[in-house]
Amino acid sequence: MTEPLLQVDSLIKRFGGLVATDQLSLDILPGEVHAVIGPNGAGKTTFIAQLAGELRPDAGTIHFKGRNITRLDPAQRSQRGLARSFQITSIFSGLTVEDNVALAVQAHAGHSFRFWRDARVDPSLREPAAATLQRVGLGNRRDGLAGNLAHGEQRQLELAMALATEPSLLLLDEPAAGMGADETERMVGLLQALKGTVAILLVEHDMNAVFALADRISVLVNGSCIATGTPEAIRNDDDVRRAYLGEDA
Amino acid sequence: MVLNRRIIVTVLVLIALALLPVLLGGAPFYIGVVARAMILAIAAISLNLILGYGNMFSFGHAVYIGIGAYTVGIFAHYDIFNGFIQWPVGLAVSALIALLFGAISLRTKGVYFIMITMALAQMMYFLGLSLDKYGADDGLVIYTRSEFAGLIDLEDHVTLYYVVFGFLLLTVLGMARLINSRFGLVIRATKFNEARMRALGFPVGRYKLTAFVLAGTICGLAGLLLGNFTNFVNPDMMHWTRSGELIFMVVLGGMGSVFGPIFGAITFLLLEEFLSDLTEHWQIVFGPFLILVVLFARGGIDGLLGRKDRSDD
Ligand SMILES: Nc1ncnc2c1ncn2[C@@H]1O[C@H](COP(=O)(O)OP(=O)(O)OP(=O)(O)O)[C@@H](O)[C@H]1O
Ligand SMILES: [Mg+2]
Repeated sequence: MTEPLLQVDSLIKRFGGLVATDQLSLDILPGEVHAVIGPNGAGKTTFIAQLAGELRPDAGTIHFKGRNITRLDPAQRSQRGLARSFQITSIFSGLTVEDNVALAVQAHAGHSFRFWRDARVDPSLREPAAATLQRVGLGNRRDGLAGNLAHGEQRQLELAMALATEPSLLLLDEPAAGMGADETERMVGLLQALKGTVAILLVEHDMNAVFALADRISVLVNGSCIATGTPEAIRNDDDVRRAYLGEDA
Repeated sequence: MVLNRRIIVTVLVLIALALLPVLLGGAPFYIGVVARAMILAIAAISLNLILGYGNMFSFGHAVYIGIGAYTVGIFAHYDIFNGFIQWPVGLAVSALIALLFGAISLRTKGVYFIMITMALAQMMYFLGLSLDKYGADDGLVIYTRSEFAGLIDLEDHVTLYYVVFGFLLLTVLGMARLINSRFGLVIRATKFNEARMRALGFPVGRYKLTAFVLAGTICGLAGLLLGNFTNFVNPDMMHWTRSGELIFMVVLGGMGSVFGPIFGAITFLLLEEFLSDLTEHWQIVFGPFLILVVLFARGGIDGLLGRKDRSDD
């Protein structure tokens, strides 16, 4: 069996009396798209925040590429190849679209204690940034302010920023949040194209997207994982139907 | 580059500053007013790095003016007038204090950051008050300005003016480069979204602290100049109201703009000069004026000149 890329073991996170992550264990294999689904408030975003290092779990461990990263901060995890996107669009609204992505490149191009050379014309930052923007379909919006992009485009930028760090694992928190049907379809196409090049943990409410993309699906309810399996297995799982899919199945 | 109103005004102001001593035929009073404005502009530019570009609302920035000026004063007190000793020490002490104060205050955010930078600065103010050896609240008179082995004579007020002007140009040029460098973009992006910067892989704290230290050091330079210029230093230079004035200059000129603080400092001092001639309660006029600027001209003077948006330099 292949060694998992990410290994989460018995993760627990409490907010006061609320257990937002409850004894959660989960593996992600290299190159797989692993969807995490669950009703609102199930703890999906909280889970991603712990994987990315923004929230500290109360118990449990996270191993990435065989190393324990439970105590590393977000920047250190990013440097080891973990990247995330945010459910609520999180960009640098007052900088240009290309600046946003070039910063992601810069973060992984050595230290930034460089005070004199103009980074805005540095081809080692700008070329990869432009290429990534091309890849997500924002090639012609490079020079505009990020804050002036339409919502759907901001979601694409969100993805481009994560991609530009050249991660081995992408944590995507509802990449299609707030998108219309056309835009969602385009996003699914983008992710389809990424499949195999990078492992993806995908949190998404759009079930068509999930079933189109996922190699495996884990179902989160009240902070714990009630089932993990292939899309086929999850579709036919009685617990899942009752707890979650049942609502609209 | 397009020749717009903003560039024209900026260039005209710089030319006027360069020619002022000639135009005024050496009239000491106005040369003095403008030299002081340029010194404060250097301080305001340094504050703008953390306040305007980095969104670190330091309310204690005048401390570094005090440190620079006290360095000149204390050395002169012991008859050490050599600028090659005074100035590096002044800059080093400013950097060290900024490192210490930054390390403490950057652990906090928002209103706490404002309050802690102010508290630390007030601590230095009271330290100055308690130093009987160095004149306590009366401060020190600096009878002899810094000497540079006969290379430059700061006792000549026109020479001093051009030294200040030279440092102002250097500071502006340095800042113009800095804000578009890798470091500068890190600082500016952090202002918009610190959590995202961390997620992208930047150890944000180090960069913010470095910016804080840089700003403090440049402001220390302004202090060295001011001590020489006024021939005098006292604790009042570090009082929180002085820090407040530096914030006014930055806001008035335009936060996060390279030249803004120069416009702000000059306008501030000219207003102070003329309004205080009209009435001794000039602050009563000045206060509402500032509120109007903040409410209706959010980009400050540089904004009125046509600086388009916050991503501009
Ligand atoms: N910082 C916090 N403090 C207290 N409670 C929190 C905090 N963050 C999340 N919660 C709670 O934890 C639970 C899980 O929230 P989370 O945002 O992880 O859910 P989610 O699965 O991402 O939901 P959605 O599908 O709506 O995005 C919710 O009940 C939420 O109210
Ligand atoms: Mg969520």
